[in-house]
Amino acid sequence: MSSRRGSRLVFSWIWIALGLVYFFLPLLATFLFSLRAKKGVLSFLAYQHVFADPKFLQTFGFSFEMAILTVIIGLALIVPTAIWIYLKLPRVKPVIEFFTLLPFVIPPIILAFGLIRTYSRPPFAFVSSPLLLVAGYVIISFPYIYKSVDAGLRAMDLRGLTEAAQSLGAGWPTLLFMVIIPNLKTALLSALFLTFAIVIGELTLAVLLAWPAFGPYMALMGRNLAYEPAALAILSFGLTWGAIGLIQAITRGRPGGGSNLGGTH
Amino acid sequence: MTAQPEASGSAAPERLRAVQARNAPGPRDAIAKRAPRKWSLAWLGLVPFFLFAFAFMLLPTVSIVTGSFQDGQGAFTLVNFAHLFRADILGSYLITIKVSATTALLGGLLGFLIAYAITLGGLPKPFRSFMSTFSGVASNFAGVPLAFAFISTLGRVGFVTVLLRTLFGIDLYGAGFNLYSFWGLSLTYTYFQIPLMVLIITPAIDGMKKEWREAAENLGASALQYWLRVGVPVLLPALLAAFILLFGNAFGAYATAYALTGGLINLVPILIGAQIRGNVLHDSQLGYALAFGMVIVMTLSILAYSWFQKLSSRWVK
Repeated sequence: MSSRRGSRLVFSWIWIALGLVYFFLPLLATFLFSLRAKKGVLSFLAYQHVFADPKFLQTFGFSFEMAILTVIIGLALIVPTAIWIYLKLPRVKPVIEFFTLLPFVIPPIILAFGLIRTYSRPPFAFVSSPLLLVAGYVIISFPYIYKSVDAGLRAMDLRGLTEAAQSLGAGWPTLLFMVIIPNLKTALLSALFLTFAIVIGELTLAVLLAWPAFGPYMALMGRNLAYEPAALAILSFGLTWGAIGLIQAITRGRPGGGSNLGGTH
Repeated sequence: MTAQPEASGSAAPERLRAVQARNAPGPRDAIAKRAPRKWSLAWLGLVPFFLFAFAFMLLPTVSIVTGSFQDGQGAFTLVNFAHLFRADILGSYLITIKVSATTALLGGLLGFLIAYAITLGGLPKPFRSFMSTFSGVASNFAGVPLAFAFISTLGRVGFVTVLLRTLFGIDLYGAGFNLYSFWGLSLTYTYFQIPLMVLIITPAIDGMKKEWREAAENLGASALQYWLRVGVPVLLPALLAAFILLFGNAFGAYATAYALTGGLINLVPILIGAQIRGNVLHDSQLGYALAFGMVIVMTLSILAYSWFQKLSSRWVK
């Protein structure tokens, strides 16, 4: 019996070790590769090149702005809708869940193609507006935002809070901004970081709608240079790691965290 | 996704009851008269969300479907679908299916073994939450940076390639390996498939009761017998559902392939992208047909996924 348990433990560690190697080896390789820009010695030259390139800051800034707009519009759409459904129309919840999960199964390439086809001719010819890109990003982040907000709402006594606030004479704006949203802070922050992690490096929509975003910039670097792309990969991995680490830190021990499934491949 | 069929099933009788209440005569009348008005006002609160989802998700997707039934002038035609059976298009579907199936199998198998090791392998508890955070990060690490990471690792002058050559005398590229070909792409995709599998399958493994294994062992079953008679039958629907999810995940992937191969391998998403960007023969109707084929694959995947999920929920809550 105990030898069986022992062999099970060995089995477990073997697979975990294999998984960790698969995860870390490419990162280690990328990091070492990024240090080899100067011949013969290890240096941070590639990183200096990256930061010295004005295009780096321009494209990163552009993607940053897109991410902010995405977060604002995404939260403005989903937070009131989710609260409304919890309070007034609980039976519609599965429908909303279905709609917010749909982007998981619609590949970004299809979404991009459809957006271009629908909005490149009258009466809705705004394919050249960055807002169309933001709209696409909002759709892509639906699952992440909704999951965070839903978990946050489930963790609080929304009905009780609402009744208490309204019986004390609070109107809807007071209820929303003074009572519910402060209680949703953790969920909103986690939605924010996830959305940022996704939008900053997004490639498909940005390339096909022809915007000078960070994702296409990285891809272009990959075509032309050797060591700088490795540096960019490390930086970008650091950003994702940082964003998700922050989510874990703020949601630690609370329901409403850990909704970090999937990504845009 | 899984809650959908059950919930819509339970909503129907509720609606029926509401209708009955509305039609019921007598003292209920006063309530019933107020109910419909309140109902319609409450629905107004959902308008912004649904309008947005309709305009930027449903309408674009549907327009792909209608576009694939039209010719260049907008008239109805089925000729685009004939293109789908052209040798080159068929070939690109085959290679995409091959990559997706391979990475779903490889990532699914490794992910399952890792998830099993984490949940039932007797590892220390804190290790578990560490691994789940980890899987979250790793499954998000995809697209352009992932492609760069694999170029630095297994490219012609990549870390592992050079290491194997100088330390062990193994020449990967001399042996026919190429990062920018089928196996290179598959190894790269597997990087995000493994952690995704860990995230998806862990709840199902959690649902397997320890008592089942203990009961089997006490009755003298070997590990193999336990797996063949208990483990696999219980887990099979969940495993198939996860496999399909991984398959769809790889099938729709564009960014990683774009950054890694730059279009050397004619995956379906790459072809669609090229059609949109107009840097190939630019037959936009063919683009619609390609995209429609993809929509069909995705729809079939969702249907199969939810069917297996339903089967799986019999055992694993």
